Amino acid sequence: MFDVSPHMLSVIPFGIICGAIGVELGFSPYLVYGMSIIIFGGASQIVFLQLLSGGASSAIAVTSVGIINSRHLLYGAVLSEYLNKLSFIKKLLISYIVVDQAFAESAKFFKNNKSEDNLHYHLIGTGSTLWICWQVATLAGIILGSFVPEELGLKFTIPLTFIAIVVQDLKKLDHVIVMLVCGISSLLFFNAPLKSYIIISPIVALFVASLILRLKK
Amino acid sequence: MTWLSIIIAGLLTYFTRMAMIALVSREMLSERFKEVLAYVPSAVFPAIIFPAIFINDYGAFVEINDPKIFAAVIAIIVGYFSKSIISTILSGLFSYWLLIFLIFN
Repeated sequence: MFDVSPHMLSVIPFGIICGAIGVELGFSPYLVYGMSIIIFGGASQIVFLQLLSGGASSAIAVTSVGIINSRHLLYGAVLSEYLNKLSFIKKLLISYIVVDQAFAESAKFFKNNKSEDNLHYHLIGTGSTLWICWQVATLAGIILGSFVPEELGLKFTIPLTFIAIVVQDLKKLDHVIVMLVCGISSLLFFNAPLKSYIIISPIVALFVASLILRLKK
Repeated sequence: MTWLSIIIAGLLTYFTRMAMIALVSREMLSERFKEVLAYVPSAVFPAIIFPAIFINDYGAFVEINDPKIFAAVIAIIVGYFSKSIISTILSGLFSYWLLIFLIFN
């Protein structure tokens, strides 16, 4: 829980923005809040509502959510190694709370505490803390509306929180290369349909990572 | 109708979270693939960071002297040396505010 608490600095403003945008776009408060429980994925919730209010078909909106959130497949692949002892039901339950910051902090913790049992409690802690923050924040955003002035630029806390996650890996040249490849391709593919840059660039970057691994040997 | 699409989007999202954890066993992944997975954070998060800094709300590239670029550099330097998530976020946010309210105004 303490490992993710700094991320509340970005999750809470982002949740408030997400709730406020939904209501501003003219969707019912129940619908905007329902998404926080049913989808539970910040960026994808905003994109979904923006696409629908812009006149896109629901098929396109749903596909975009799927593409944006497909990065969780990579998170799952990393985490599965540490969660393989859990029962199937527990795996099904814990999957619901695998979000960016929970993955980042728990994957780091798992890597540093490989030998310990019951590692999954860490993920339950990080994930459910973020879940509660997200619920409260989106609800607050729905109620407060555009109470939070846009000039504050609180959206900027999102890249900052992810910078904080990867910044220590800047010590390793191979990671720096992978980050640059991912970042530059995300800019190159930014206009690719359905926000697919969010999964195209990790695939390109992981391909480069596998080349680096091959060269190292 | 919108509710139905939200539910489908939710199931799809849940599937992306659950699939690799519950349906794929570790034996199904090759050693090589597992080695590559160590790069996942570095290969995913810049795709969230870069566009949020270099592309504005209208989908165009920002100017080279955009306050977000300066603030991000400060956050990276502070984060690198302090190893603290809070200092990283706050130094970036405060330098961003300083820039937009005092200098760029």
